[in-house]
Amino acid sequence: MDSNKYLDDISEIKNMMSRSSRFISLSGISGILAGCYALIGAGFAYLRLKELSSANYAGLSGRSSSLWGNDLIQDLTVIAVSVIVLAVVTGIILTVKKAKKSGEKMWDVSSRRLVLNFLLPLLTGGAFCLVLIQYGIAGLVAPATLLFYGLACINASKYTMRDIRYMGLAFIIIGLISTQFIGYGLYFWALGFGLCHIVYGALMHFKYDRK
Amino acid sequence: MSLIDNINKAFDHRIRLGIMSILMVNDYADFKMLKELLGATDGNLASHTKALEKEEYILVEKQFIGRKPNTRYSATKLGKLQFKKHIDALEKLIGK
Repeated sequence: MDSNKYLDDISEIKNMMSRSSRFISLSGISGILAGCYALIGAGFAYLRLKELSSANYAGLSGRSSSLWGNDLIQDLTVIAVSVIVLAVVTGIILTVKKAKKSGEKMWDVSSRRLVLNFLLPLLTGGAFCLVLIQYGIAGLVAPATLLFYGLACINASKYTMRDIRYMGLAFIIIGLISTQFIGYGLYFWALGFGLCHIVYGALMHFKYDRK
Repeated sequence: MSLIDNINKAFDHRIRLGIMSILMVNDYADFKMLKELLGATDGNLASHTKALEKEEYILVEKQFIGRKPNTRYSATKLGKLQFKKHIDALEKLIGK
């Protein structure tokens, strides 16, 4: 007759263990949308690159990063920043919604820990990429972003759903492969930040969100 | 009956159960973190931590971060062992 109480106890234990150590309200849909933004951004970047290479460097390899003008870098930066801002804002909005629905606090110990551990490798990577640009090694920026993002995901996986670990691994593999194809960074970016996010987001959505 | 014997009275409350669960998976937790997670009032939480401390299931460390007093809790070896037994007993009772 006390069986119900015991069952409640067990579920309370499980709930507290996961809530105190992992932030589990990350929204799957936000992953899909982030991927879509990335693909759209990559599309714009591709058009811009093509336009430029046909206008200025006809006959030359437009892909060679040392030929990139300031104009182009500015445009690409604008595209990249808008994609990131859009993805982060969407992610936060959808995650807040999901956290509210499941009664989890948005900004508690576990989410703080998650954000901190995600940002640490990511910001390191960001700073490193700026250094690469500083020395004119822009060709390595795409692999570096993919690699550091992958490492950030793996580091963050300790504090949220473990599945994000596999996405991190995918990013690292894509990042390493892309080091052998300098100049094709955009395609690898689209593959990683676009496709990987969409696949991961969809998997998470079906695994956790749809009930 | 032996099964019921393993049900530990010290854990027979939602807040105490919560405190132990949190301390099983985290090296330590401070008062604020426990409060946030358990949604308990200061007084309520304090009395439950005191009870667990008395059983020597948790360790309480008082320290200062700057000028702010900060109380840190961690589970003792005994506490972890007893809590594991408690969970096993619960599972067996449900399984029946």
